Amino acid sequence: MYNQTEIIKDTSELGADGELVINMGPQHPATHGVLHLVVTLNGETIKKIEPHLGYIHRSIEKMCESLTYRQFIYVTSRMDYLSSHINNLGCALLIEKGMQIEVPDRAKYIRVILSELTRIASHELWLGAMAMDLGAFTPFFYAFREREMITDIMEDTCGARLTMNYIVPGGLMYDLHPDFQKKVKAFITQFKSKVTEYEDLVTNNIIFQSRTKGVGILSAEDAISYGCTGPVARASGVSCDIRKIYPYEVYDKVEFDEVLETAGDSFARYMVRVKEMNQSIRIIEQLIDNIPEGDFVGKTKNVLKLPKGEFYTRVETARGEFGVYIVSEGGTTPHRIKFRSPGFSNLSVLNHIAVGGMIGDLMASMGTLDLVIPDIDR
Amino acid sequence: MTNEEIKEYIPTLAPAATFDETGEWLNIMVTAEELKPLMSALRNGKMQMNYLFCLTCVDFKTHLTMVYHLSATTHRQSIVIKANLNREQPVIETVCDIWRTAEFLEREVFEMFGVHFTNHPDLRKLILEDDFKGYPLRKDFEDPINMIKL
Repeated sequence: MYNQTEIIKDTSELGADGELVINMGPQHPATHGVLHLVVTLNGETIKKIEPHLGYIHRSIEKMCESLTYRQFIYVTSRMDYLSSHINNLGCALLIEKGMQIEVPDRAKYIRVILSELTRIASHELWLGAMAMDLGAFTPFFYAFREREMITDIMEDTCGARLTMNYIVPGGLMYDLHPDFQKKVKAFITQFKSKVTEYEDLVTNNIIFQSRTKGVGILSAEDAISYGCTGPVARASGVSCDIRKIYPYEVYDKVEFDEVLETAGDSFARYMVRVKEMNQSIRIIEQLIDNIPEGDFVGKTKNVLKLPKGEFYTRVETARGEFGVYIVSEGGTTPHRIKFRSPGFSNLSVLNHIAVGGMIGDLMASMGTLDLVIPDIDR
Repeated sequence: MTNEEIKEYIPTLAPAATFDETGEWLNIMVTAEELKPLMSALRNGKMQMNYLFCLTCVDFKTHLTMVYHLSATTHRQSIVIKANLNREQPVIETVCDIWRTAEFLEREVFEMFGVHFTNHPDLRKLILEDDFKGYPLRKDFEDPINMIKL
């Protein structure tokens, strides 16, 4: 029979300091994609985490340098595939700003509604996957039941269920389909009646709470220093919602609250996302009946040419601040394009919040960071 | 602080700085040697620039330009700091002891542009494999097998 001290003594004979190196990924089921973490352990305590990236690197920034301003938008849907409408919106806003294109109000309203639907769909998927990481399988089905309705709306609107492309410089690719408002309203009714089920299943679950509360604590100063944005930073009390700070489209006309928590642990990050879904519903409710009639796309030239100079826009995706930085030489293609992806900065904080914790808690810390690997690798 | 006040404040920290106001934000061009002291002063001095939201490099064929987008969570003013580097031996001091996010961003610039960051704690390739030759985001990078010319 082993007792506890003997087991620890045995592991200490493995390496110099009892260090054990475990490769988590690239095919680990909990990493949602091909992230490779090299975890150095002492017993069960994490000493160091080293992310190895690049398994899904497509060099999107280089690819965009040879695509025109109309073409490169479609590639951005393949980065953060759960926020594809919002990525498209960020790029479209940059071109509209650079070329002073007027966007009709109808397009602005629809863009915001679609962005918020995307955000809900992304948080739903995260909720299901995160609960599954922690061993609860049922919430996945509950979350996907509602997410399915959004995917159907997206399919009717733009023909795709994932990697949607609908937003173009100047407005939208084509007009809404006639059932859009009816279907969105049906979704809102369904969501509102079912959202309490998440509270019962996950939020009030004692096992879930004890696995996430106090795990992976991130202070506000560190969140800013590591460049964290989105729900990760807001859970630490950092106000960083781009929709509030630098309102774009019609976000300054709608009422919604920026969700802030102060604990900074995994449970706070969970709560921020659940509350954000309700805020998104609030935004959609204010807009869905007021979509103005008129054109869905403004007048643009066939060939877009950004003037010489540098341009930067930022939008709030489901994961945080997504920035597009373009250096233009005046031609039809960008000279240099840089995507400031929220996942990249959020990943860099993983080593900081997980070191000193247990390996079992790593799933909770990593799951609540909501990493999307194609967004990090680009 | 208004742009005029910043333009008076910056030369006290970096005498050789030049300014460009054509873009959305104030652009400040400094030399590579001046960069580090200026950055620490911007972070810890009266401007309190605590949020580095974008760090990247641009290849202008004749030289490389490091671009740092800074902002503050208190007053929300953004400025852009730039430093030109020569293409053959690009060397600049790291800022990752000022903003922790710079550690990963500088590793990415290191492998994609070949910029060497002095005093960086862990300057290795992050995305590309270790034996990858060349710097892919430079304009003269050629890969006859994997690159398709449009």
